[in-house]
Amino acid sequence: MVEVEVGSELKCYHCGQTCEEPLWLNDKPFCCYGCKTVFEILDSNDLCEYYTLDRNPGNTVGATNKEAFAYLDEKNIRKKVIDFDSPTFASVKFYVPAIHCISCIWLLENLHKLNPAILKSQVNFARKLVDVEFDPGQVQLSTVAATLSEVGYTPQINLDADQGAKPQVNKQLILKLAIAGFCFGNVMLFSFPEYLGLDHSDHNLMRIFSWLNFSLSIPVFFYSGFGYVRSAWRSFKDKQINIDVPIAAGLIALFLRSSYDIITATGPGYLDSFTGLVFFLLIGRWFQGKTYESLAFDRDFTSYFPLAINRFVKNEWKPVVIYDLNRGDQIRVRNMEIIPADSTLLDAFAYIDYSFVTGEAKPVKVLQGELVYAGGRLIGTPVNLVVEKKTSQSHLTSLWNNDAFKKISESKYQKIIDSAARRFTWVVLAIAVVTFIYWKVYDPSQMWLVLTAVLMVACPCALALAAPFTFGSMLRVFGRNNLYLKNADIIEKLASVDTVVFDKTGTVTHGRTPEIKFEGHLTPLQLGHIKLLTSYSTHPLSVLIAKSIKVTSTETAEDFKEFSGKGIQGIIHGQRYKIGSASFTGSITQANPLGTHVFVSIDNEVYGYFNIKSSVRPNFKTMLERLSDKNTSLLSGDNDSDRGSMQKLFNTASSLLFNQSPHDKLRYIEQLQREGKKVLMIGDGLNDAGALKQSDVGIAITDDTGVFTPACDGILLGEKLHMLDQYLELARASSVILKTGFAISFFYNAIALSFAVTGYLTPLVAAILMPISSISVVGFSSVAVNFIAKRKLKNIKNLS
Amino acid sequence: MGIIVILILISLSIAILFLAIFYWSMKSGQYDDTYTPSVRMLFEDKKKEAKDK
Repeated sequence: MVEVEVGSELKCYHCGQTCEEPLWLNDKPFCCYGCKTVFEILDSNDLCEYYTLDRNPGNTVGATNKEAFAYLDEKNIRKKVIDFDSPTFASVKFYVPAIHCISCIWLLENLHKLNPAILKSQVNFARKLVDVEFDPGQVQLSTVAATLSEVGYTPQINLDADQGAKPQVNKQLILKLAIAGFCFGNVMLFSFPEYLGLDHSDHNLMRIFSWLNFSLSIPVFFYSGFGYVRSAWRSFKDKQINIDVPIAAGLIALFLRSSYDIITATGPGYLDSFTGLVFFLLIGRWFQGKTYESLAFDRDFTSYFPLAINRFVKNEWKPVVIYDLNRGDQIRVRNMEIIPADSTLLDAFAYIDYSFVTGEAKPVKVLQGELVYAGGRLIGTPVNLVVEKKTSQSHLTSLWNNDAFKKISESKYQKIIDSAARRFTWVVLAIAVVTFIYWKVYDPSQMWLVLTAVLMVACPCALALAAPFTFGSMLRVFGRNNLYLKNADIIEKLASVDTVVFDKTGTVTHGRTPEIKFEGHLTPLQLGHIKLLTSYSTHPLSVLIAKSIKVTSTETAEDFKEFSGKGIQGIIHGQRYKIGSASFTGSITQANPLGTHVFVSIDNEVYGYFNIKSSVRPNFKTMLERLSDKNTSLLSGDNDSDRGSMQKLFNTASSLLFNQSPHDKLRYIEQLQREGKKVLMIGDGLNDAGALKQSDVGIAITDDTGVFTPACDGILLGEKLHMLDQYLELARASSVILKTGFAISFFYNAIALSFAVTGYLTPLVAAILMPISSISVVGFSSVAVNFIAKRKLKNIKNLS
Repeated sequence: MGIIVILILISLSIAILFLAIFYWSMKSGQYDDTYTPSVRMLFEDKKKEAKDK
C-alpha cells in the first residue's frame, strides 16, 4: 500500500514536492521526470528501502547530463580532485550539499549496488561529504560523479577547497584540553593533603606528591599551554599587546615559581592553580570555537562558476578548465549553466538569467552578436559563444581584484578584549614594580617571591574567559535562530553597527518567487485555459504565469502559435486567446509603464493583465521601523521600477539607489565607511560579494543553507530577516554582558592582588581564588546571555 | 606508608593508559563524524550480502 495524500495536493513520492501534473508509476505519484527516473533506477536495483527509511527523502532532480562531468577525466583536473590514485583503486571525496536525511546516507553508502565498479562509499553527514572508493580500471571519475548526480546527489566540485583543514585545528585543541584536564585533576588530588593542612605529618610523602605534581605539569606547560606563550611572544615582537601577553606572563611566573619551590623543597608550589588555569583557558577557547561545518563563509566566484567548459578545438568539443579560456575560443554552454567569461552570442537568441550579477530575477533576452556577461545563467537550449575576455578579467570577476578582497580583516578592528588587556598589562606591571621596590627596601629576602606572586594572580584568566563564553553563548543563540556567524568576533562588530545597507532582490524581496496578480476578471475555466496555453511556451514569463495558476484544464488547444517578442495565441473551445504585450492583444489601457505586465484577450476582448512583481518579505516594514535609530539604505542592481513601493517601506532619510553595479555597491559601502560609519551589509547574490566583503559586517541572506552564498561574515535564513533588529540588539547586549564580566574579573583580581602585594598569597589562597573567579565569570556570562536572549526573542514572537 | 606510593603509581599509570587510548582514538579520527555511524548501524542488509567493511 502506498500512502498518498488525499485531495488536490499530491506529494511526489520521491521528493515530497507538490505535484501539479503528477506522473504515475506503480501507483506512486511523481512531480517530474527526474524524480520518476530516480525511482526507476532505484527500483531496478532493488534499492527501494531508500523510501522506507524516511518519507519523501529524495531531492528534486534537474536535468542531469553525463557530459556535464566529462571534464573530470581531464588529467590535471582529475589529479586535483582525487585523493588517492592507482590503476585498480582510487578514492575521492565529494561534497554533496543535498545530503539531508537517513535515507541519503543509506543510498549513498549503497552506491556499489548501482555500479559494481564502485567499491565502497562512506558518508560524513555533518560535513556532507561522500568518500567514494572505486576501480578506475572499470569506471571513470566522471561516471562516478554522474552516478551520484543521476540519483539526485549532484556533487559540488571545487578545486581550491581544502576540506579537512578546520577540524584538524579543533582536534588538536581537544587533545590539549584532554591532557590539561587529566593533569589538573590528578594534581588536585595530590594537592589535597596540602589543602587539609597535613603537610607536616609525613615529609617524604609530601615530597613524592610534589614531584608527581611537577612531572604532571610539564606536559601542561609545554604542550597544552604553550600556545599562549608562543602567541604572547609573537604579539610582543609585533609590539601589539594582546590578552595573551599577561596570560603568558602569569603562566610562566606560576610554573617557574612552583618549580623553584619544589626543587628547592621550600614549598608545595602552585601547580594546582597553574594546571587549572590552563584547563579553564582551553575550555574557553574550545567553547568559542564553535563552527558550522556544513556552511562555507569564504566562497568566491569560483564556487559559482563551472570548473570546465566545452571548447571547440580542431573540429571536436573538448572540456577545458575555464581559466585556460582565451579570447576567440568558441565554447558551448548548456541549459542552467553559468557563462564562464564575457563572450558574444553566435546563435540567434538566448535567455540569460543575470540574477547572480544584478539580482534581477527576470531572464534577459540576448540576440546574436550581443555581449553576454560572465555570471549569467543560460536558460533554454544550448548555445555557442565566442569568448571576449578571460574569466579573471570579466565584468563580474574583476570585482575580486578589488583591494577589499586582499586586506586582512583582523588589522582594521580593535577588539574590546585586546584594548582591555593593554590597559590591564600596564597596570599590573606598574603594581609589580612598585611592590618589588617596596619589598626590596623593607625585606629583600621576600622580593622575588612577592614579585612572582603578583604576576601569578594578575594572570587575567577570568578576563580571558569572559569574551569566549559571552560571545560563544551568543553565537549558539544566534545559531538556534538561524543566524550563522563565521566566528564569535563578528558579534562584537555587530554591536557597533550604525548603518544598515540592504540589497533589494532576494533580500528585501523574494528573488525567486515573484508575486503574480491578475488585474481584471477571469473565470476559473478561463484561467485554466491560460495555464494550458502558457505551459506550451518556454518563455520565462509564460513559465511563471503557468506556475502561478492552480486550476488545470483538460482541454486541448488548437492553432497554438508563439510570436517572438510579442506573445502567444491559441484556440480553445472555439475561443481565440491572446496572451502577451499590450499591442499584441490590442489593449488600449496604458498600464503603469514600470513593472512587468502580460495582457490577456479572448476573442479580441481585453480581459486585463497579469502584474508580475517581486514580493517583499513579510514583516520587513515593521522591522525597518524598529531599526529607525540606524541609517538605512537600499542598493539594487535593478532599474527603479520598484522605487515607489520601496519608498513606502523605507523612511524618508534612507537613500535608495538603483541601477547599481557590483562595483558601485562596493564603492558605496567604502564611502559610508569614510564618513566614519560602521556598516552592516545585507545581501544575497554574487553581485553583493564586494559590498559584503568591504562592509564591517556582511551577512548573506539565503532561503536554503545548502545553496551557495557569497563570502560573508554570517548567513541568515531569509524568513528570519524580520528579526534583524533583535539580533543587533542582542549583539549590543552581549557587549554589556562582556563588560560586566570584565568588572567581576577585575574585582577578583583586586582581591588576589591585595593578598599578593602583602606577601600572603599561599598556595591554598591561590587554589581557592583562581577557580572561583573563573567559574563565576563563566557562569555569569552564559546565564546572562541565555536569559537576555530568551526575553528578547519572546518579545519578538509576540510582536509578529 | 610504602603501600600508598605503590597504589598511587598503579592508579596513575592506569589513568595515563586511558589518556593514551583517548589520544589515539582522537588522532585516528573516531570523533570526526559522530552522527553517521549511529545511523549506519541500523541499516539492514536485506539479502545478507557481505558488506565489504
